[in-house]
Amino acid sequence: MKTIYERPKLLKPAAFHYCPGCGHGIINRLLMEVIDEMNLAEKAICVAPAGCGMLLYNYFEIDVVESPHGRGAAVATGIKRVLPNNLVFSYQGDGDLAAIGTAEGFHAANRGENITVIFVNNGVYGMTGGQMAPTTLLDQVTTTTPRGRDSILAGHPVRVCEVFSNLDGATYLERVAVNKPAAVRKAKKAIAKGFRRQLDGAGFSLVEILAPCPTNWKLGTMESCAWIDNVMVKQFPLGVVKEVPYANGGDRTTGDASSPEEDEA
Amino acid sequence: MKRLMSGNAALGEAAILSGCDCYFGYPITPQNELTEYMARRMGDTGGVFIQSESEIAAINMVLGASVAGARAMTSSSSPGISLKQEGISYLAADELPAVVVNMARGGPGMGNISPSQSDYFQATRGGGHGDYKTIVLAPASVPELTTVVPLAFDLADKYRNPVLILGDGMLGQMMEPVDFDELVRPADYPKDYVLDGAKDRPARSIYSLLFDTKLQEEHNWKLFRKFKLMEQNEVRYETFLTDDADMVVIAYGMGARIVKGAIKRLRQEGLKVGLLRPVTLWPFPAKALQELAKTATDFFVFEMSQGQMIEDVRLALEGQGTVHFYGRPGGVIPMPIELYRIISRHYYQTHAGSGLLKNDAAPSEHDRRARTEDAGSGNSSAIAATEDDGARRPACSEGRGVVFRQPSRGTK
Repeated sequence: MKTIYERPKLLKPAAFHYCPGCGHGIINRLLMEVIDEMNLAEKAICVAPAGCGMLLYNYFEIDVVESPHGRGAAVATGIKRVLPNNLVFSYQGDGDLAAIGTAEGFHAANRGENITVIFVNNGVYGMTGGQMAPTTLLDQVTTTTPRGRDSILAGHPVRVCEVFSNLDGATYLERVAVNKPAAVRKAKKAIAKGFRRQLDGAGFSLVEILAPCPTNWKLGTMESCAWIDNVMVKQFPLGVVKEVPYANGGDRTTGDASSPEEDEA
Repeated sequence: MKRLMSGNAALGEAAILSGCDCYFGYPITPQNELTEYMARRMGDTGGVFIQSESEIAAINMVLGASVAGARAMTSSSSPGISLKQEGISYLAADELPAVVVNMARGGPGMGNISPSQSDYFQATRGGGHGDYKTIVLAPASVPELTTVVPLAFDLADKYRNPVLILGDGMLGQMMEPVDFDELVRPADYPKDYVLDGAKDRPARSIYSLLFDTKLQEEHNWKLFRKFKLMEQNEVRYETFLTDDADMVVIAYGMGARIVKGAIKRLRQEGLKVGLLRPVTLWPFPAKALQELAKTATDFFVFEMSQGQMIEDVRLALEGQGTVHFYGRPGGVIPMPIELYRIISRHYYQTHAGSGLLKNDAAPSEHDRRARTEDAGSGNSSAIAATEDDGARRPACSEGRGVVFRQPSRGTK
């Protein structure tokens, strides 16, 4: 019998704490699949956030450090500058990256830090109970926008990829989603590309992943997946927002960034 | 070889010689020379230098570098240190080594850029949220940085805890001859916690989130035991002319240096005044102070603040002796002559006529007893004057000095 799918080796045999229909579980699985397939388990260091993604060390069979809320890109910067040949990525939510950690993410991107940010955008503060996030859509009801987000009172949803795309240090920015199988496959490719580019020294990469949060959206799991397609992508269009080509290794190459193919050989 | 260097630059050089390979900083006066020095020197040594976007980012870069096993340092001045407290709390919780320098300035708020000692509470009480402490080293001269800086890195690694160096704008910016020849890089401790990729070992994680209150309490007690060890083993202080002192001045950092000048003059006058200079503000040299209370009766606290360390002095003395205080907050630096005048006034008020002064005609035991008894009857003896002063109003009505009076030796 042919195995067509199995649990990634790097995903610990622990039950996720995520709510039913949450996108985090899919993204966690994709990350471990990619790291396993690229043979990077011995090089990878994950910076976990505050928020729903904070327990990554319970699930990932790789090195994980917890970051204070919003500081993921700064912590990742510190690690990467000491260990330039390791794969260093931060995992951050929308409140984490686009509100409290705006400065850290923005300036890591502007410095062209050779790290990858996995940016999970579900439009709400999930762990704290569904408050408005910087990415909450206009008119979207949250616990702190009970009449819907009013741009006069609470501003507009932030398009992180588009904002970062004006920074010369940011070289790869793609927005994907995990609401249906085809989208999940694209998300996996984007993560792999971000990691590949980091190993090649291409500089700052960020993969924004639109993820369902049925609990705080007050929608069913299927409805949440449909809501991403029907509503969310209008504010956050999917696809590559920026990709700077590089040849013969990026300018952040350390001279020792061996490719995984060579590692396997 | 001696070189003339500012405290900020000397601190940077001492850090590099101590094996500091990562520095992250954000501009703020009066510590900019340190950031600039590190930018230059890290370029030579191949170390990591980043001018961060904020103090918060800098301390979190330190956290990342420490996670990766580096000897990391950041520096700032008072308002910036407030911003770093988040990261310092995480470093303590995660048990990660780091050195944080505060070249303090006048506050609160924006304050000014003059030397001040008003960050004592923040430094010695943890500073950030949660139950934790950090060792606080308070150097009093540029040459002392050559011993304090390697010590800071050593203690940070030894206890896996952030260590603070608390100086001020004067220490940072004044130039003194300094010799690095004796500075030896502190040896490495085994680092079995470092995250560098799970190669030939199981995956590791570093975090401070402990939802289970029982586990959080266990972690708190574990940290507590570590802090107790620091209290037992890491107290450092300097004494100056305390052997025969009736009055011991307690001051730290540049404040202690000013006091030393005053004490030399007081000694010329025959006043038996000495100095206890805590080098570690936390752990505080409480035992040393208790020892001094066996021979000295008066304790004079001088701080360039409204009075913060005075609380630790009182706690250490547990009611023994009389505690005096003089403070100049707001970035004001008093001259030694000012301290000489204030200290001598307090000294005379406490001791004149008691037979302890050089120029006092040594009174017989009978005379002394008679004078003490007279004090209560309004006889205008020196002792009576001080007693009244202490009981009813601040002893130095025209100055900023305040006497906190315990039962004085005059009535014993």
